[in-house]
Amino acid sequence: MDASSVADQLRVEIASDVDVVQARQHGRELAAGAGFSTGDQTVIAAAISEIARNILMYAKRGEISLSVVANGDQQGVVIVARDQGPGIPDVSRALQDGYSTSGGLGLGLPGARRLMDDFDIASVVGQGTTVTMRKWRRLPS
Amino acid sequence: MDVPILKQGHFLIASIQSALSDADLSQLREKLIERVGRFRARGVIVDVTALDVMDSFAVRTLRDIAHMARLRGAETVIVGIQPEVAFAMVQLGLTLKGISTALDLEEGLAFLNQHTQGRLDEKGERGRIERG
Repeated sequence: MDASSVADQLRVEIASDVDVVQARQHGRELAAGAGFSTGDQTVIAAAISEIARNILMYAKRGEISLSVVANGDQQGVVIVARDQGPGIPDVSRALQDGYSTSGGLGLGLPGARRLMDDFDIASVVGQGTTVTMRKWRRLPS
Repeated sequence: MDVPILKQGHFLIASIQSALSDADLSQLREKLIERVGRFRARGVIVDVTALDVMDSFAVRTLRDIAHMARLRGAETVIVGIQPEVAFAMVQLGLTLKGISTALDLEEGLAFLNQHTQGRLDEKGERGRIERG
């Protein structure tokens, strides 16, 4: 793995449905560059799509930053989704399958959590939400 | 991104060529449902081979297409879901319950041929009973 791809960081503004497609395509490219399998690339792209969609639905706009990090013998794709939207009053409920306040399927957050290895939400009502998720891959020794 | 819709006999084939935004997907739904009536189609195939991700909105739209087409008298088959896409869909909890799927276009056409043929036979049967 070359050093430049480890240092890659990318920001994607999320303000329309076209940006959702952009964000997940950038995520896939980044994961491909970091040596993730096509299966993992798809999983990462799908998780980004759901999280970006949530930004649009609840906060109208926000941003997703994508980066690659190393941790010992592991390499990870890190996705941070930030918005200054209404925030989530009940995070544990928002992580339940089928719970939605938008008329959606209610699979976005719990689905993305299942797809990724690490998943954290920090949300303050009236201030916004930050979702951080990571997918890891063991580096060949 | 416009999705071309081909007419083949009694069937419509929508062949998705690249990633689609939500607006593109909604437009495909409207177009297909309108054309089912215009061409008196008995079957609809949506070929998603080129889709590298199916998220909740895409799945919901495909489900809507299938249900709406059925209300208009046409059967829908979704064909070409790639293995990685299927894996990610299952992890996300997305299903196409009650919606017909087939491996590829060829299988999809075979399915529709069989299915709509059965329906035509039924109608013929009823016709004979009425005459008798």
